[in-house]
Amino acid sequence: MTRYIVRRLLQAIPAIFGIIVINFFVLHLAPGDAADVLAGEAGAATEAYMEQLRETFGLDQPLYVQLYEYVANIVELNLGYSFRHNMPVFDLIVDRLPATLWLMLSAISLAIGLGILLGVTSARFVNTTIDRVCSVLALLCYSTPVFWIGLMMIVLFSVKLGWLPSGGFETIGAEHAGIERLLDILEHTLMPALSLSLFYLAVYARLMRASMLEVYRLDFVTTAHAKGLSPTRVAFKHVLRNALLPVVTMAGLHLGALLGGAIVVEVVFSWPGIGRLAFDAILQRDLNLLLSVLVLSSVLVILANLAVDLIYAWLDPRIEIG
Amino acid sequence: MRRLTEFWRLYRRNLPAVFGLGFLAIVVVMAAVADILYPEGPWDLATRPFLWPGDRAQYPLGSDMLGRDVLAGIVHGSRVSLLIGIVATAVSFVIGIFVGAIAGYFRAWVDDALMRFTEIFQTIPPFMFLIVLVAIFKPSVATISLAIGIVSWPTVARLVRGEFIALRERDFVQAGTVIGMSNARIILTQILPNALPPVIVTSSVLVATAIINESALSFLGLGDPNLMSWGTMIGAGREVLRNAWYLTALPGIAILLTVLALNLAGDGLNDALNPRLKSG
Repeated sequence: MTRYIVRRLLQAIPAIFGIIVINFFVLHLAPGDAADVLAGEAGAATEAYMEQLRETFGLDQPLYVQLYEYVANIVELNLGYSFRHNMPVFDLIVDRLPATLWLMLSAISLAIGLGILLGVTSARFVNTTIDRVCSVLALLCYSTPVFWIGLMMIVLFSVKLGWLPSGGFETIGAEHAGIERLLDILEHTLMPALSLSLFYLAVYARLMRASMLEVYRLDFVTTAHAKGLSPTRVAFKHVLRNALLPVVTMAGLHLGALLGGAIVVEVVFSWPGIGRLAFDAILQRDLNLLLSVLVLSSVLVILANLAVDLIYAWLDPRIEIG
Repeated sequence: MRRLTEFWRLYRRNLPAVFGLGFLAIVVVMAAVADILYPEGPWDLATRPFLWPGDRAQYPLGSDMLGRDVLAGIVHGSRVSLLIGIVATAVSFVIGIFVGAIAGYFRAWVDDALMRFTEIFQTIPPFMFLIVLVAIFKPSVATISLAIGIVSWPTVARLVRGEFIALRERDFVQAGTVIGMSNARIILTQILPNALPPVIVTSSVLVATAIINESALSFLGLGDPNLMSWGTMIGAGREVLRNAWYLTALPGIAILLTVLALNLAGDGLNDALNPRLKSG
């Protein structure tokens, strides 16, 4: 097991290095001086800031020295200073990260939970009207732009019905504590998490349906039916457990895409996470901040995938560890 | 011609797919005649602001905060969505087929190296990468299409690679090697035509994803500033969401229906081109 962990860790290093190099080249392929690109051209960049950028990233050196400096800086988590936020970039991102992780976690839980429910229902009533209704629902979720459904939810649930807050992470100035604060946060999380989850919910529902139908053909399911168990019990007790694996695998692969979706959702719901931070960076043309968000979130995705792999190896002894 | 009839015979058995294709035809016509229907363009200040849909027959979908005709915007916006959807998909096909074909045909270290490269591209959160590319290279139809292609080619590469690995062992490919065909010729004339059907099946989903990505970019203010796109309309409508939500709802419905039609058509393509894979 230890050898497996070490090997997977070593495999992650070239990937992280590759991402940093891709970033470096994107930065240098851009038209103009790299310091200009990093600082943005809103005219807000002072000579001192440009100087600091040149020094941090060694921009007056030959290209290979710059690449070396760039990699070294990022490995040391030295990402420069954001004058617009008046904070080191790394601290800024770490500060905003928990809100985004919470949003992603809520969304993926909703997607897996509701997706499984929809998929199992479809498979249980295969080729009936219920199956067709579930399929149409999944197809609609699959085709809806995430930011648009978020806005429509705000219109319905916040503006018209007044049931849910239209944005933010919690009620500002309410000074809730303990369970009250948790409920307040959950209330704020519901709409953003739901709109972010819809697309994945649809994917998992389709996958779950197909996977369930596969398992239904197996002998032990026939046995369960023959024992006289109710179809719903067979569906949830026997088939579901064996059909879950593909969904869990998919969910692991979706982390990166989910992070991308989080950007637009955070903008729609004024959610104080790194997506919103990235959006502010676009508006202020703070490209150093934007690139740093990209690098750190890519590394995060790699580490998360690594964690998923390890949990897998631990859960399922059939997976080759040697 | 016979293959086309056969294709259509299989395709039309999937009724929703036929509807999808029909709707897409309407969108294409809309994009084609946009300049004839609305020669003044989508930015023209046609009437008074905030006309609701149905208020005046001349402007069936109402007008926005500046008095621009919403229907004119949607008709013109279809051009941007289709254009970017198709060009971006073409870009990801070119890169993906190139990488996938070489990796799958030569195998060994070439395959290893190219697949590592592909994996790295796959781990970068695609939409975030897209934002960075467009922000750095300035938004225009060309940069947006190129950037969407750059973040979406890995799927194509993996698919093509898989097909190439399966096909390169087949007799007709071996025969090509025996009669002394060059590698390039075998790849292009022997394997590629046979590897294409599954790639064509993914094209509709790729176009749909590109359209959604473009609209999300425009919504964030990273669209081509000279063009009216559905995402731009949603972004502008957001400012007046509380009072005039139809300005956000209508272009969103246009995106939803177009993407839905593409997904339905994709199912039909799958039925027609991969008849063996069809499952319950």
